[in-house]
Amino acid sequence: MTFDEFFRLGETVTLGSHTFEADEVKAFARKYDPQPFHIDEAQAERSVFGRLCASGWHTCSMWMRLNLAFREDVAQARWDGPGPRPQFGPSPGIRNLKWLKPVYVGDTITFTRRAEHYRPLASRPGWLLLDIVGEAFNQSGDKVLEMENAVLVKTA
Amino acid sequence: MKHKKWAYEDLAECHEIELGSTLVTAEDIIEFASQFDAQPMHLDADAARESILGGLAASGWHTCCIFMRMMCDAFLLNSTSQGAPGVDYVRWKKPVLAGDTLTGRSKVVAAKVSSSRPTLGFITCQHELTNQRGEVVMELQNTGMFLRREAAQ
Repeated sequence: MTFDEFFRLGETVTLGSHTFEADEVKAFARKYDPQPFHIDEAQAERSVFGRLCASGWHTCSMWMRLNLAFREDVAQARWDGPGPRPQFGPSPGIRNLKWLKPVYVGDTITFTRRAEHYRPLASRPGWLLLDIVGEAFNQSGDKVLEMENAVLVKTA
Repeated sequence: MKHKKWAYEDLAECHEIELGSTLVTAEDIIEFASQFDAQPMHLDADAARESILGGLAASGWHTCCIFMRMMCDAFLLNSTSQGAPGVDYVRWKKPVLAGDTLTGRSKVVAAKVSSSRPTLGFITCQHELTNQRGEVVMELQNTGMFLRREAAQ
């Protein structure tokens, strides 16, 4: 097995779906992003969004939750490539995060990830940096989220 | 509409905005991670000490959320904000460890009135969070949409 196969390079993997309910949207927003259109139906109706919608960070956090569930599946998978089984570590950051459409209460969002490429890190022998594209789509097929993510992977 | 302190013009003329400070507790870190990023380095102090982060550390997404709340409290809730279409970059530069106090600062780097909607303007900010040791733990740049003063009154 190669790193390409292990990371499923180039393949768009469906991570799963989540329906954003009013209670969780409001609870998340009250804590982290209490703008009126995320916490109050009446104010949301008068806002630019027209209806109660999830904080963009809530959508991102849900992507992470499902991405992690996928990684746990990968961790169970057979590994017979060179060296020890690769282990996912922290992320140095994200780029070009776009909230393309609002995620409204009641929307069912399907999340995906696609590993694009990886390179060894000269500064950290035994680690590589894997670039990932994360996306999310609503029940009408409209893309609501896209971002370029990266994660450190320990390979030795 | 009730007068908001921060309209497009106020932000455009502003150089830097202090976002205040906030303490990040182990309980906060574990609560967020349990829901969204349940990796040992974000959940378990012993496992975290063995990890590359060196101690119980907040999920990067949690740090983004902490930043968002600081920005809301500092000016966004009292502004003419019309939302933001995204974020150019987030750099998680250092671990945010349990017990850290984060201080935020936003620098306005560009301001432009919308050509298609003249009542609206775009404000681009570079934001940073530093810890109590003066280390920058996160950098983030985004562009937000704000109504112009006249349109908001």
